[in-house]
Amino acid sequence: MSHTAEHSSFLAHHFSDAEQQRESAKLGMWIFLLTEILLFGGLFVAYAIYRAWNPDMFHNAHYQLDLRLGTINTIVLITSSLTMALAIRSMQLGNKKGTIRNLILTLALASVFLIIKYFEYSHKIHLGQLPGKFYTFTGIEGNNPHVFFSVYFLMTGLHGIHVTAGMGVIGWILYRTARNHFSTQYYTPIEMTGLYWHLVDLIWIFLFPLFYLIG
Amino acid sequence: MSKPASTHVPHILPLKVYLSVAVALLVFTVITVYISTLNFGPFNLVVAMIIAAIKATLVALFFMHLRYDSKLYMIIFVAAVMFLAVFIILTMFDTMARDKIYDVKARPINPMAGMYDSLTVSQPHSVPDTAALHRQLPADTSGKGH
Repeated sequence: MSHTAEHSSFLAHHFSDAEQQRESAKLGMWIFLLTEILLFGGLFVAYAIYRAWNPDMFHNAHYQLDLRLGTINTIVLITSSLTMALAIRSMQLGNKKGTIRNLILTLALASVFLIIKYFEYSHKIHLGQLPGKFYTFTGIEGNNPHVFFSVYFLMTGLHGIHVTAGMGVIGWILYRTARNHFSTQYYTPIEMTGLYWHLVDLIWIFLFPLFYLIG
Repeated sequence: MSKPASTHVPHILPLKVYLSVAVALLVFTVITVYISTLNFGPFNLVVAMIIAAIKATLVALFFMHLRYDSKLYMIIFVAAVMFLAVFIILTMFDTMARDKIYDVKARPINPMAGMYDSLTVSQPHSVPDTAALHRQLPADTSGKGH
């Protein structure tokens, strides 16, 4: 059995068939996503503690964030999740052009997200709304407003690093799609990239109300 | 015998499902932004988190295919969320109830956070020199609104 002509190029020798290989990859990916949730989890706990200690300061400080830009970024990221899902669907249908188009759209939307984030960051750096001892802004009432910006920069910064890493992976997937590495029979790397990208979207879904929408 | 790879039939969701989920996510985004402009007091956070949880569920079930895949992946995802919930809830029990046991006096950290540079650390087992702390604090710690 085994190494016959029917054996496909993508099936690693230690898997009995492609289905087992696909399910193993997915299991590994989900366990990785679990560690990602727990990585951000530590920062969500830090957020919860500092907000519980300084509810009024958090409320006053959140007015310094640009709700309009935050909302636009949420819409941009949700749309990029849609195009990522459609990229996988196109490959499932054997539509390579559709996959490439949707991956490029996802990359473009991710760039828009980072560019908007850049403008938000540079505005805050300009005003001195920075973490810890770098904080020089004076317009926020309440105790320790620099703590809000420490948590803000840590959480959105780690998220931004994830967006950047995701763009790298999407670029790699785009290259491999163009090189005809994928088909209706094998598109696991695109699917795994999709899972990662949706998790990045999922984390932003919580960051957005926690920072921009404090009632 | 190993099955030929060509037996794989991808589970393809209709385009309509993806588009409806995306529209639902965008509608929930608009709703949550609108609701944040109303004032429900402490319920604002609760409402915002419920809407975020609904959005996250939609992303996980449809975009991430959890609804259609093996339940094993669902178990991993839910386990991560549950451990995170335990992490947050137990920490909040601690940090919110600490002053019921010990006499904890809230004291602002120096707004410029420069105290870390000038505090003496030669006595690791003694309490911080509170007089030095207070010298660091500006006269008005309640902020200077423009």
